[in-house]
Amino acid sequence: MSTRPHYYDHQDLPRFSEIGQASEHLARKFFDYYNAVFEEGALTAREKSLIALAVAHAVQCPYCIDAYSRDALEKGSNLDEMTEAVHIAAAIRGGASLVHGIQMLNHANELGM
Amino acid sequence: MSSTGRILPTLQRRNAPLASTAEQRRRIEAACPGRFDEKIRSAGLWPLAATGIEILQINVGKRCNQTCRHCHVDAGPDRRDVMPPEVVEACLDLLEHARIPTLDITGGAPELHPAFRDIVMRAARTGAHVMHRCNLTAILLPNYSDIPELLAAHGVEIIASLPYFKARETDRQRGDGVFEQSIEALRRLNCLGYGQGGGLELNLVMNPVGTFLPGNQQQLETRWKDELLRRHDIRFDHLFTITNMPISRFLEFLEENGRTAEYMARLVNAFNPVAARGVMCRNTLSVGWDGTLYDCDFNQMLDLPVLEGGPSIFDVQPDVLRTRRIAVGAHCFGCTAGSGSSCGGQTV
Repeated sequence: MSTRPHYYDHQDLPRFSEIGQASEHLARKFFDYYNAVFEEGALTAREKSLIALAVAHAVQCPYCIDAYSRDALEKGSNLDEMTEAVHIAAAIRGGASLVHGIQMLNHANELGM
Repeated sequence: MSSTGRILPTLQRRNAPLASTAEQRRRIEAACPGRFDEKIRSAGLWPLAATGIEILQINVGKRCNQTCRHCHVDAGPDRRDVMPPEVVEACLDLLEHARIPTLDITGGAPELHPAFRDIVMRAARTGAHVMHRCNLTAILLPNYSDIPELLAAHGVEIIASLPYFKARETDRQRGDGVFEQSIEALRRLNCLGYGQGGGLELNLVMNPVGTFLPGNQQQLETRWKDELLRRHDIRFDHLFTITNMPISRFLEFLEENGRTAEYMARLVNAFNPVAARGVMCRNTLSVGWDGTLYDCDFNQMLDLPVLEGGPSIFDVQPDVLRTRRIAVGAHCFGCTAGSGSSCGGQTV
Protein backbone atom coordinates (compact mmCIF):
# COMPACT_ATOMS: atom_id res chain seq x y z
CA MET A 1 0.00 0.00 0.00
CA SER A 2 1.37 3.43 -0.94
CA THR A 3 2.33 5.85 1.83
CA ARG A 4 1.45 8.83 -0.37
CA PRO A 5 -1.68 10.51 1.02
CA HIS A 6 -2.80 12.07 -2.28
CA TYR A 7 -2.80 11.09 -5.93
CA TYR A 8 -1.55 14.62 -6.75
CA ASP A 9 1.55 16.16 -5.16
CA HIS A 10 2.90 19.56 -6.27
CA GLN A 11 6.41 18.29 -5.58
CA ASP A 12 5.96 15.96 -8.54
CA LEU A 13 5.81 18.83 -11.05
CA PRO A 14 9.55 19.65 -10.99
CA ARG A 15 10.19 15.90 -11.34
CA PHE A 16 8.46 15.79 -14.73
CA SER A 17 11.70 15.05 -16.57
CA GLU A 18 12.13 11.84 -14.54
CA ILE A 19 9.61 10.27 -16.87
CA GLY A 20 12.63 9.79 -19.13
CA GLN A 21 14.15 7.26 -16.74
CA ALA A 22 12.52 4.65 -18.97
CA SER A 23 11.98 4.96 -22.72
CA GLU A 24 14.31 7.92 -22.64
CA HIS A 25 14.18 8.40 -26.41
CA LEU A 26 10.42 8.93 -26.26
CA ALA A 27 10.74 11.47 -23.43
CA ARG A 28 13.38 13.33 -25.42
CA LYS A 29 11.14 13.48 -28.47
CA PHE A 30 8.24 14.66 -26.36
CA PHE A 31 10.17 17.41 -24.56
CA ASP A 32 11.83 18.60 -27.76
CA TYR A 33 8.41 18.85 -29.36
CA TYR A 34 6.93 20.48 -26.25
CA ASN A 35 9.63 23.15 -26.14
CA ALA A 36 9.29 23.83 -29.86
CA VAL A 37 5.53 24.28 -29.52
CA PHE A 38 5.97 27.07 -27.00
CA GLU A 39 8.58 29.04 -28.92
CA GLU A 40 7.64 32.42 -30.31
CA GLY A 41 5.96 31.85 -33.68
CA ALA A 42 2.85 33.06 -35.47
CA LEU A 43 1.51 33.34 -31.93
CA THR A 44 3.54 35.12 -29.27
CA ALA A 45 4.91 33.14 -26.36
CA ARG A 46 2.49 35.04 -24.12
CA GLU A 47 -0.52 34.08 -26.25
CA LYS A 48 0.57 30.46 -26.22
CA SER A 49 0.91 30.60 -22.47
CA LEU A 50 -2.69 31.82 -22.11
CA ILE A 51 -3.93 29.08 -24.44
CA ALA A 52 -2.02 26.53 -22.34
CA LEU A 53 -3.63 27.95 -19.21
CA ALA A 54 -7.09 27.56 -20.73
CA VAL A 55 -6.39 24.01 -21.90
CA ALA A 56 -4.98 23.18 -18.47
CA HIS A 57 -8.38 24.00 -17.02
CA ALA A 58 -10.21 22.12 -19.75
CA VAL A 59 -8.21 18.97 -19.03
CA GLN A 60 -8.23 19.81 -15.31
CA CYS A 61 -4.52 19.19 -14.83
CA PRO A 62 -3.36 20.72 -11.51
CA TYR A 63 0.28 20.51 -12.57
CA CYS A 64 -0.46 22.47 -15.73
CA ILE A 65 -2.60 25.02 -13.88
CA ASP A 66 0.27 25.58 -11.44
CA ALA A 67 2.86 25.86 -14.21
CA TYR A 68 0.87 28.08 -16.56
CA SER A 69 -0.53 30.42 -13.92
CA ARG A 70 3.08 31.25 -13.09
CA ASP A 71 4.16 31.24 -16.72
CA ALA A 72 1.36 33.61 -17.75
CA LEU A 73 2.31 36.08 -15.02
CA GLU A 74 5.98 35.87 -15.94
CA LYS A 75 5.11 36.59 -19.54
CA GLY A 76 3.27 39.75 -18.51
CA SER A 77 -0.33 38.60 -18.54
CA ASN A 78 -2.68 39.92 -15.90
CA LEU A 79 -5.51 38.44 -13.88
CA ASP A 80 -8.20 39.77 -16.24
CA GLU A 81 -6.61 38.04 -19.22
CA MET A 82 -5.98 34.82 -17.30
CA THR A 83 -9.55 34.74 -16.02
CA GLU A 84 -10.95 35.31 -19.51
CA ALA A 85 -8.81 32.41 -20.73
CA VAL A 86 -10.32 30.16 -18.05
CA HIS A 87 -13.81 31.31 -19.04
CA ILE A 88 -13.07 30.24 -22.61
CA ALA A 89 -12.24 26.77 -21.30
CA ALA A 90 -15.43 26.80 -19.25
CA ALA A 91 -17.50 28.00 -22.19
CA ILE A 92 -16.15 25.34 -24.52
CA ARG A 93 -16.60 22.61 -21.93
CA GLY A 94 -20.11 23.82 -21.08
CA GLY A 95 -20.98 24.32 -24.72
CA ALA A 96 -19.69 20.85 -25.52
CA SER A 97 -22.11 19.40 -22.99
CA LEU A 98 -25.00 21.53 -24.07
CA VAL A 99 -24.60 20.98 -27.78
CA HIS A 100 -24.91 17.23 -27.11
CA GLY A 101 -28.40 18.10 -25.97
CA ILE A 102 -29.27 18.14 -29.66
CA GLN A 103 -28.50 14.42 -29.71
CA MET A 104 -30.82 14.05 -26.75
CA LEU A 105 -33.47 15.97 -28.67
CA ASN A 106 -32.95 13.76 -31.71
CA HIS A 107 -33.33 10.61 -29.61
CA ALA A 108 -36.36 11.99 -27.81
CA ASN A 109 -37.98 12.94 -31.08
CA GLU A 110 -37.29 9.51 -32.58
CA LEU A 111 -38.60 7.70 -29.51
CA GLY A 112 -41.58 9.86 -28.84
CA MET A 113 -44.84 10.19 -30.66
CA MET B 1 6.68 65.24 4.40
CA SER B 2 3.84 64.34 2.06
CA SER B 3 3.52 60.69 1.22
CA THR B 4 1.83 58.66 -1.44
CA GLY B 5 -0.57 55.73 -1.50
CA ARG B 6 -0.96 53.19 1.27
CA ILE B 7 1.80 54.00 3.74
CA LEU B 8 2.96 51.26 6.05
CA PRO B 9 5.47 51.62 8.84
CA THR B 10 8.88 50.31 7.82
CA LEU B 11 10.45 47.22 9.35
CA GLN B 12 12.70 49.51 11.31
CA ARG B 13 9.82 51.61 12.62
CA ARG B 14 7.96 48.48 13.72
CA ASN B 15 11.14 47.12 15.27
CA ALA B 16 10.37 43.94 13.33
CA PRO B 17 12.77 40.99 13.59
CA LEU B 18 13.71 41.49 9.93
CA ALA B 19 14.89 45.02 10.69
CA SER B 20 18.04 43.16 11.72
CA THR B 21 20.23 42.47 8.70
CA ALA B 22 21.84 39.57 10.55
CA GLU B 23 18.41 38.00 10.97
CA GLN B 24 17.66 38.56 7.28
CA ARG B 25 20.90 36.88 6.26
CA ARG B 26 20.23 33.99 8.63
CA ARG B 27 16.77 33.35 7.21
CA ILE B 28 17.86 33.65 3.58
CA GLU B 29 20.75 31.23 4.09
CA ALA B 30 18.58 28.81 6.07
CA ALA B 31 15.93 28.71 3.34
CA CYS B 32 18.37 28.41 0.44
CA PRO B 33 18.84 24.91 -1.01
CA GLY B 34 22.12 25.76 -2.73
CA ARG B 35 25.43 27.51 -2.08
CA PHE B 36 26.15 30.50 -4.29
CA ASP B 37 29.93 30.16 -4.03
CA GLU B 38 29.72 26.57 -5.24
CA LYS B 39 27.51 27.54 -8.18
CA ILE B 40 29.91 30.32 -9.11
CA ARG B 41 32.80 27.90 -8.85
CA SER B 42 31.03 25.43 -11.14
CA ALA B 43 30.50 28.26 -13.61
CA GLY B 44 34.26 28.92 -13.60
CA LEU B 45 33.85 32.38 -12.09
CA TRP B 46 35.33 31.81 -8.63
CA PRO B 47 36.44 33.99 -7.01
CA LEU B 48 33.83 36.38 -8.37
CA ALA B 49 35.73 39.60 -8.95
CA ALA B 50 35.14 43.11 -10.23
CA THR B 51 36.17 43.98 -13.78
CA GLY B 52 36.30 47.73 -13.17
CA ILE B 53 34.18 50.58 -11.89
CA GLU B 54 31.89 51.73 -14.67
CA ILE B 55 29.12 52.90 -12.35
CA LEU B 56 29.27 54.68 -9.02
CA GLN B 57 25.90 54.08 -7.41
CA ILE B 58 25.19 56.29 -4.43
CA ASN B 59 22.29 55.58 -2.11
CA VAL B 60 21.60 59.05 -0.77
CA GLY B 61 19.17 57.85 1.89
CA LYS B 62 16.22 55.68 2.78
CA ARG B 63 13.57 58.36 3.00
CA CYS B 64 10.75 57.76 0.56
CA ASN B 65 7.18 58.95 0.11
CA GLN B 66 6.09 55.36 -0.65
CA THR B 67 6.34 52.05 1.19
CA CYS B 68 6.33 49.49 -1.61
CA ARG B 69 5.77 45.92 -0.48
CA HIS B 70 8.79 44.56 -2.34
CA CYS B 71 11.28 47.26 -1.25
CA HIS B 72 14.69 45.80 -0.47
CA VAL B 73 15.74 49.09 1.13
CA ASP B 74 12.92 49.17 3.71
CA ALA B 75 12.50 52.79 2.64
CA GLY B 76 9.65 55.00 3.79
CA PRO B 77 8.64 58.36 5.20
CA ASP B 78 9.76 57.37 8.67
CA ARG B 79 13.39 56.69 7.70
CA ARG B 80 15.92 59.31 8.77
CA ASP B 81 19.05 57.94 7.08
CA VAL B 82 20.28 60.73 4.80
CA MET B 83 23.71 60.99 3.20
CA PRO B 84 25.59 63.82 5.00
CA PRO B 85 27.39 66.59 3.08
CA GLU B 86 30.88 65.20 3.70
CA VAL B 87 29.93 61.85 2.15
CA VAL B 88 28.35 63.61 -0.82
CA GLU B 89 31.58 65.57 -1.31
CA ALA B 90 33.69 62.42 -1.13
CA CYS B 91 31.46 60.66 -3.67
CA LEU B 92 31.63 63.52 -6.15
CA ASP B 93 35.38 63.70 -5.62
CA LEU B 94 35.75 59.98 -6.36
CA LEU B 95 33.51 60.27 -9.42
CA GLU B 96 35.71 62.99 -10.88
CA HIS B 97 39.17 61.83 -9.88
CA ALA B 98 38.69 58.12 -10.49
CA ARG B 99 37.11 59.01 -13.87
CA ILE B 100 34.09 56.80 -13.31
CA PRO B 101 31.85 57.19 -16.38
CA THR B 102 28.44 56.97 -14.70
CA LEU B 103 26.84 58.19 -11.50
CA ASP B 104 23.68 56.29 -10.52
CA ILE B 105 21.66 58.09 -7.84
CA THR B 106 19.32 55.91 -5.84
CA GLY B 107 17.51 55.79 -2.51
CA GLY B 108 14.74 55.87 -1.07
CA ALA B 109 13.44 58.65 -3.19
CA PRO B 110 16.65 60.54 -4.02
CA GLU B 111 14.70 63.75 -4.68
CA LEU B 112 14.01 64.00 -0.94
CA HIS B 113 17.70 64.45 -0.16
CA PRO B 114 18.18 68.12 0.71
CA ALA B 115 21.15 68.44 -1.68
CA PHE B 116 19.70 66.39 -4.54
CA ARG B 117 19.64 69.29 -6.99
CA ASP B 118 23.20 70.23 -6.14
CA ILE B 119 24.39 66.62 -6.53
CA VAL B 120 22.81 66.42 -10.00
CA MET B 121 24.27 69.72 -11.22
CA ARG B 122 27.76 69.06 -9.90
CA ALA B 123 27.85 65.48 -11.15
CA ALA B 124 26.73 66.58 -14.61
CA ARG B 125 29.49 69.23 -14.66
CA THR B 126 32.13 66.50 -14.23
CA GLY B 127 31.04 65.11 -17.60
CA ALA B 128 29.78 61.87 -16.07
CA HIS B 129 26.59 60.28 -17.33
CA VAL B 130 24.07 60.79 -14.53
CA MET B 131 21.22 58.37 -13.85
CA HIS B 132 18.38 59.06 -11.46
CA ARG B 133 16.21 56.27 -10.02
CA CYS B 134 12.78 57.79 -9.68
CA ASN B 135 9.63 56.41 -8.07
CA LEU B 136 7.64 58.86 -10.25
CA THR B 137 5.38 60.12 -7.46
CA ALA B 138 8.09 62.08 -5.63
CA ILE B 139 8.37 64.55 -8.49
CA LEU B 140 4.68 65.41 -8.02
CA LEU B 141 5.13 66.36 -4.37
CA PRO B 142 4.91 70.01 -3.36
CA ASN B 143 8.38 71.62 -3.45
CA TYR B 144 9.74 69.01 -5.84
CA SER B 145 7.92 69.91 -9.05
CA ASP B 146 10.98 71.73 -10.45
CA ILE B 147 13.02 68.54 -10.50
CA PRO B 148 11.96 67.17 -13.91
CA GLU B 149 13.09 70.40 -15.58
CA LEU B 150 16.37 70.29 -13.69
CA LEU B 151 16.99 66.70 -14.77
CA ALA B 152 16.15 67.54 -18.37
CA ALA B 153 18.42 70.60 -18.36
CA HIS B 154 21.36 68.41 -17.32
CA GLY B 155 20.57 65.49 -19.60
CA VAL B 156 20.02 63.11 -16.71
CA GLU B 157 18.79 59.62 -17.60
CA ILE B 158 15.65 58.74 -15.64
CA ILE B 159 15.01 55.17 -14.55
CA ALA B 160 11.45 55.08 -13.28
CA SER B 161 9.65 52.30 -11.45
CA LEU B 162 6.45 50.98 -12.97
CA PRO B 163 5.78 47.29 -12.34
CA TYR B 164 2.79 47.03 -14.66
CA PHE B 165 0.80 49.03 -17.18
CA LYS B 166 -2.41 48.74 -15.16
CA ALA B 167 -3.49 50.19 -11.83
CA ARG B 168 -4.45 47.03 -9.95
CA GLU B 169 -1.08 45.34 -10.23
CA THR B 170 0.91 48.53 -9.74
CA ASP B 171 -1.05 49.65 -6.70
CA ARG B 172 -0.85 46.23 -5.06
CA GLN B 173 2.91 46.55 -5.02
CA ARG B 174 3.38 50.28 -4.57
CA GLY B 175 0.29 51.61 -2.79
CA ASP B 176 -3.21 52.79 -3.64
CA GLY B 177 -3.29 55.55 -6.22
CA VAL B 178 0.38 55.21 -7.15
CA PHE B 179 -0.38 54.07 -10.70
CA GLU B 180 -2.53 57.09 -11.48
CA GLN B 181 0.11 59.45 -10.15
CA SER B 182 2.85 57.57 -11.97
CA ILE B 183 1.00 58.07 -15.24
CA GLU B 184 0.68 61.78 -14.51
CA ALA B 185 4.43 61.96 -13.82
CA LEU B 186 5.26 60.06 -17.01
CA ARG B 187 3.10 62.49 -19.00
CA ARG B 188 5.07 65.37 -17.52
CA LEU B 189 8.34 63.71 -18.42
CA ASN B 190 7.14 63.01 -21.97
CA CYS B 191 6.15 66.67 -22.30
CA LEU B 192 9.70 67.67 -21.37
CA GLY B 193 11.03 65.44 -24.14
CA TYR B 194 11.86 62.37 -22.05
CA GLY B 195 11.32 59.07 -23.84
CA GLN B 196 10.70 60.78 -27.17
CA GLY B 197 13.92 59.71 -28.89
CA GLY B 198 15.54 63.14 -28.66
CA GLY B 199 18.30 62.20 -26.25
CA LEU B 200 16.50 62.50 -22.93
CA GLU B 201 16.36 58.88 -21.91
CA LEU B 202 13.42 57.55 -19.94
CA ASN B 203 13.64 53.91 -18.95
CA LEU B 204 11.14 51.96 -16.92
CA VAL B 205 11.87 49.30 -14.34
CA MET B 206 9.48 46.48 -13.56
CA ASN B 207 9.70 44.15 -10.60
CA PRO B 208 7.23 41.25 -10.71
CA VAL B 209 4.13 41.84 -8.60
CA GLY B 210 4.53 38.58 -6.73
CA THR B 211 6.82 35.63 -6.20
CA PHE B 212 7.48 34.85 -9.84
CA LEU B 213 10.46 35.72 -12.00
CA PRO B 214 10.35 38.39 -14.70
CA GLY B 215 9.84 37.09 -18.21
CA ASN B 216 11.75 37.90 -21.37
CA GLN B 217 12.73 41.56 -21.14
CA GLN B 218 12.47 42.30 -24.84
CA GLN B 219 9.01 40.77 -25.15
CA LEU B 220 7.77 42.55 -22.03
CA GLU B 221 9.18 45.85 -23.29
CA THR B 222 7.25 45.48 -26.54
CA ARG B 223 4.02 44.90 -24.66
CA TRP B 224 4.62 47.68 -22.11
CA LYS B 225 5.26 50.10 -24.97
CA ASP B 226 2.13 49.06 -26.84
CA GLU B 227 -0.10 49.19 -23.78
CA LEU B 228 1.20 52.47 -22.33
CA LEU B 229 0.94 54.16 -25.72
CA ARG B 230 -2.54 52.80 -26.43
CA ARG B 231 -3.98 53.39 -22.99
CA HIS B 232 -2.19 56.56 -21.90
CA ASP B 233 -0.27 57.97 -24.89
CA ILE B 234 2.99 57.48 -22.96
CA ARG B 235 6.33 56.75 -24.54
CA PHE B 236 9.57 55.49 -23.03
CA ASP B 237 12.88 54.11 -24.25
CA HIS B 238 13.54 50.76 -22.58
CA LEU B 239 12.07 48.44 -19.98
CA PHE B 240 14.42 46.87 -17.44
CA THR B 241 13.25 43.74 -15.64
CA ILE B 242 14.50 43.24 -12.09
CA THR B 243 13.97 40.12 -10.00
CA ASN B 244 12.56 40.71 -6.54
CA MET B 245 15.34 40.18 -4.03
CA PRO B 246 14.59 38.19 -0.88
CA ILE B 247 15.63 41.14 1.28
CA SER B 248 13.81 43.45 3.73
CA ARG B 249 10.14 43.88 2.93
CA PHE B 250 10.00 41.31 0.13
CA LEU B 251 11.59 38.84 2.51
CA GLU B 252 8.95 39.75 5.06
CA PHE B 253 6.26 39.11 2.42
CA LEU B 254 7.80 35.71 1.68
CA GLU B 255 8.06 34.84 5.36
CA GLU B 256 4.49 35.90 6.11
CA ASN B 257 3.24 33.67 3.32
CA GLY B 258 5.54 30.75 4.12
CA ARG B 259 7.14 30.99 0.70
CA THR B 260 10.79 31.82 1.42
CA ALA B 261 12.07 28.29 0.81
CA GLU B 262 9.99 27.93 -2.36
CA TYR B 263 11.21 31.26 -3.72
CA MET B 264 14.84 30.53 -2.91
CA ALA B 265 14.54 27.11 -4.57
CA ARG B 266 13.15 28.79 -7.66
CA LEU B 267 16.09 31.21 -7.77
CA VAL B 268 18.62 28.42 -7.26
CA ASN B 269 17.01 26.14 -9.86
CA ALA B 270 17.04 29.01 -12.35
CA PHE B 271 20.77 29.73 -11.85
CA ASN B 272 22.23 30.75 -15.19
CA PRO B 273 26.04 30.83 -15.50
CA VAL B 274 25.81 33.21 -18.45
CA ALA B 275 23.73 35.62 -16.38
CA ALA B 276 26.27 35.29 -13.56
CA ARG B 277 29.02 36.53 -15.84
CA GLY B 278 27.20 39.86 -16.27
CA VAL B 279 26.15 40.63 -12.71
CA MET B 280 26.27 44.33 -11.91
CA CYS B 281 28.56 44.05 -8.89
CA ARG B 282 31.41 43.39 -11.29
CA ASN B 283 31.33 46.90 -12.74
CA THR B 284 29.56 48.86 -10.01
CA LEU B 285 30.65 50.40 -6.73
CA SER B 286 27.83 51.12 -4.30
CA VAL B 287 28.06 53.76 -1.58
CA GLY B 288 25.76 53.76 1.43
CA TRP B 289 24.28 56.89 2.97
CA ASP B 290 27.00 56.85 5.66
CA GLY B 291 29.84 56.39 3.15
CA THR B 292 30.37 52.66 3.55
CA LEU B 293 31.34 50.93 0.31
CA TYR B 294 29.51 47.88 -1.03
CA ASP B 295 29.54 45.73 -4.13
CA CYS B 296 25.88 46.47 -4.82
CA ASP B 297 22.76 48.00 -3.30
CA PHE B 298 21.59 44.56 -2.15
CA ASN B 299 24.79 43.85 -0.23
CA GLN B 300 24.37 47.34 1.20
CA MET B 301 20.95 46.49 2.60
CA LEU B 302 22.34 43.31 4.14
CA ASP B 303 25.34 45.10 5.68
CA LEU B 304 27.91 43.20 3.59
CA PRO B 305 30.62 45.80 2.83
CA VAL B 306 33.37 45.38 0.24
CA LEU B 307 35.99 42.80 1.15
CA GLU B 308 38.87 45.02 0.06
CA GLY B 309 39.58 48.55 -1.15
CA GLY B 310 37.46 50.21 1.54
CA PRO B 311 35.60 49.98 3.78
CA SER B 312 34.59 53.65 3.49
CA ILE B 313 34.47 56.39 0.89
CA PHE B 314 37.00 58.18 3.11
CA ASP B 315 39.67 55.50 2.71
CA VAL B 316 38.80 54.42 -0.79
CA GLN B 317 41.43 52.61 -2.89
CA PRO B 318 40.16 52.78 -6.49
CA ASP B 319 42.85 50.51 -7.94
CA VAL B 320 42.07 47.79 -5.42
CA LEU B 321 38.33 48.23 -5.89
CA ARG B 322 38.56 47.80 -9.65
CA THR B 323 39.64 44.18 -9.28
CA ARG B 324 38.22 43.43 -5.83
CA ARG B 325 36.72 40.11 -4.82
CA ILE B 326 32.95 40.36 -4.48
CA ALA B 327 31.17 39.51 -1.21
CA VAL B 328 28.49 36.93 -2.01
CA GLY B 329 25.66 35.15 -0.23
CA ALA B 330 22.47 33.23 -0.90
CA HIS B 331 20.66 36.42 -1.92
CA CYS B 332 22.97 36.64 -4.96
CA PHE B 333 20.90 33.90 -6.60
CA GLY B 334 18.40 36.72 -7.24
CA CYS B 335 20.77 38.28 -9.78
CA THR B 336 21.69 35.06 -11.57
CA ALA B 337 18.26 33.49 -12.07
CA GLY B 338 16.89 33.08 -15.57
CA SER B 339 18.02 35.89 -17.81
CA GLY B 340 19.76 37.58 -14.89
CA SER B 341 18.88 40.76 -13.07
CA SER B 342 20.63 44.03 -12.41
CA CYS B 343 19.89 47.72 -12.02
CA GLY B 344 20.15 47.82 -15.82
CA GLY B 345 17.75 44.91 -16.32
CA GLN B 346 18.53 41.41 -17.49
CA THR B 347 22.19 40.50 -17.88
CA VAL B 348 21.97 37.96 -20.71
